[in-house]
Amino acid sequence: MLIGTVVLAGLALGLCAVLVLTDRLLPAGRDRVAEQVESLLPRIQCAQCGYPGCRPYAEAIAAGEADINRCPPGGEDTVRRLAEFLGREVVALDTTLGSASMNRVARIDEHNCIGCNRCVPVCPVDAVVGVQQTIHAVIAAHCTGCEICLAHCPVDCIDLIPRDA
Amino acid sequence: MLEYTPDRRPTGGLRLPAHKEASTAQPIARGFVPRTLVLALQQHQGPPTTPVVRRGERVLRGQVVARARALRSAAVHASTSGHVRAIEDRLVPSVHAVHRTRCIVIDADGEDEPLPPGAGSAWPEDPEKQLKSIRDGGIVGLGGGVFPTAEKLGPQTPCKVLIINGVECEPYISCDDMLMREAAAEIVDGALIMRELLAAPECIVAVERDKPQAIEALLEAGRASGDASLRLADIPTIYPTGGERQLVEMLTGEEVPSTHYPSEIGYICQNVGTAFAVHRLVRAGEPLLSRVVTVAGDGIARPQNVETPIGTPIGELIEFCGGYRGDVDRLILGGSMMGYALPNDEMPITKGSNCLIAAARTEVRQDFSERFCIRCGNCGTACPARLLPQELLRAARDNDHALLDEFGLTDCIECGCCDVICPSHIPLTEVFRNAKFAHARYQRQEVFSAETQQRFRRHEERERADVQRGKDLQDQIRHEVETDEPARQQAIEAAIERARQRRSQDTDSE
Ligand code: SF4
Ligand code: SF4
Ligand code: SF4
Ligand code: SF4
Repeated sequence: MLIGTVVLAGLALGLCAVLVLTDRLLPAGRDRVAEQVESLLPRIQCAQCGYPGCRPYAEAIAAGEADINRCPPGGEDTVRRLAEFLGREVVALDTTLGSASMNRVARIDEHNCIGCNRCVPVCPVDAVVGVQQTIHAVIAAHCTGCEICLAHCPVDCIDLIPRDA
Repeated sequence: MLEYTPDRRPTGGLRLPAHKEASTAQPIARGFVPRTLVLALQQHQGPPTTPVVRRGERVLRGQVVARARALRSAAVHASTSGHVRAIEDRLVPSVHAVHRTRCIVIDADGEDEPLPPGAGSAWPEDPEKQLKSIRDGGIVGLGGGVFPTAEKLGPQTPCKVLIINGVECEPYISCDDMLMREAAAEIVDGALIMRELLAAPECIVAVERDKPQAIEALLEAGRASGDASLRLADIPTIYPTGGERQLVEMLTGEEVPSTHYPSEIGYICQNVGTAFAVHRLVRAGEPLLSRVVTVAGDGIARPQNVETPIGTPIGELIEFCGGYRGDVDRLILGGSMMGYALPNDEMPITKGSNCLIAAARTEVRQDFSERFCIRCGNCGTACPARLLPQELLRAARDNDHALLDEFGLTDCIECGCCDVICPSHIPLTEVFRNAKFAHARYQRQEVFSAETQQRFRRHEERERADVQRGKDLQDQIRHEVETDEPARQQAIEAAIERARQRRSQDTDSE
């Protein structure tokens, strides 16, 4: 009886210690998970998942706060890879979030660009070049097709074209 | 010339029915002149050539119609006389598939008028110029790889052994066999010219054991040349020992790393047809105008080898061989293992076309329905590249790119051995061929994603730095304002004081 109590109490204490320790260690572990999740995402920073970039979305996934089907450019492939890595169920891609695709790039219509420079600072990968009052241009090799600049152009002169056209 | 038998066994591979009897029963047919020529500007691995003729212009046999501008390129010549009808985009067979490329279309006039004698330049002394001459002569690897020959003979890596590849291991193809039988002396001469260019200490001519006439003829020619550096290796008849990597390994025991060309470890392989073309160029000043093509299969009236002008439409070649016979299931360009089906017979013979099979229904493996992999391991035993096809299959179907890398997908030479041997009729090679495209895209995308991530990091850092700089500026102003406050107060008071004094002076003077 006494031995039983002692053993059980010891066990309880030991497990408590384990819990406390893992709790301490968990954020670091979560960070690592986030990093790996990020590496499975397309990393084009389009923000269509509803987070300001791939890393924040990866962190939300790692913390169990976000669904794994929110990345439009990644598509079903990414959902599948995430599901496999995290041991979660494969779910259908949420197609309501956006349509960014790595197969497209932005192109500025030179006849209509007014050189307002608004698209330059918003591009997450610095793919737009140009200074105030001059025609701007997109470096196709750097453009990820994230669609962010489109909404910032006051004259609506940025289009998406197929990447290899 | 010394004949010897290498003591190594090839890795993997299969013994396959040869199907070469019909096409080797008679000599190579010569003197065929087509009515049309379709000359693709890109018939080699490398940047396309630039056309130098215009529509309507008359061209003569041997005249350059497109020049090689880049180093890794080879000129294209008119293979008969005629008028340029058009320069337009057409579908043309290339190494692994049909592709669309610019072509010079010529209506032949049937006169087959050559350039006046002496129009071609003589073989120069300087090795640099000799390479240029080979490039201008349009010579490429005629074994099917169509790599520009001048590029391969260049002085990049010291060459240990020049290997002349007469191992024609794929079923149906017999063009090299027939050429070796009929033009052994020319081939040996071409080989020696290349050996000199490469300054190679040794030259091995490799021929499969099932070609006794070819071996006999080559030995005879080798003896006549009296060159001591020449040897003839007879190779067991196992498919795909004629593959460049497989042959190098078989002859030298050195495995060619998948990231390297054999030439990078000192072994240069040249096809016997290429050796023949080099001989023609050097001794007769004739550029590459034609090649021997095997026309085979039960769907052809008179199977045979034909010396075919480059650019001949496939339909005309088949007509020359008596046309189709019976029930033709499909047209295959290349051998029955590595070749691919053509959508029609309007496409031209290019420098790389070695064989044309009009396969009758009975010759084509009927599509058995695929069954589950029973893990028998046959495919692994047959694979000449030492891969595990059943594992690759699983990874490919799962789209698991990391695993595909691990199991060496890029090392697969698409030889088809695993496919043929699989008791469950799984189309392994086809799966791998498609997986390679997807895999290459995946790898490109991974690189792009990683670069993008870096760019975004830098963007973020700069933004943070900008914000920080703004804050710093504000702080500085505030700081200045604060530290300067007493002095400012003093200055103000002094000014007020001065003003007051001035005013009192003013009132005094009044
Ligand atoms: S939706 Fe865009 S920002 Fe979000 S994870 Fe996918 S690529 Fe990154
Ligand atoms: S936002 Fe539009 S108009 Fe302004 S610089 Fe960019 S492309 Fe030109
Ligand atoms: S040969 Fe076919 S059945 Fe046998 S292990 Fe390979 S894939 Fe599976
Ligand atoms: S096709 Fe590829 S995997 Fe199959 S046997 Fe040939 S090299 Fe090996």
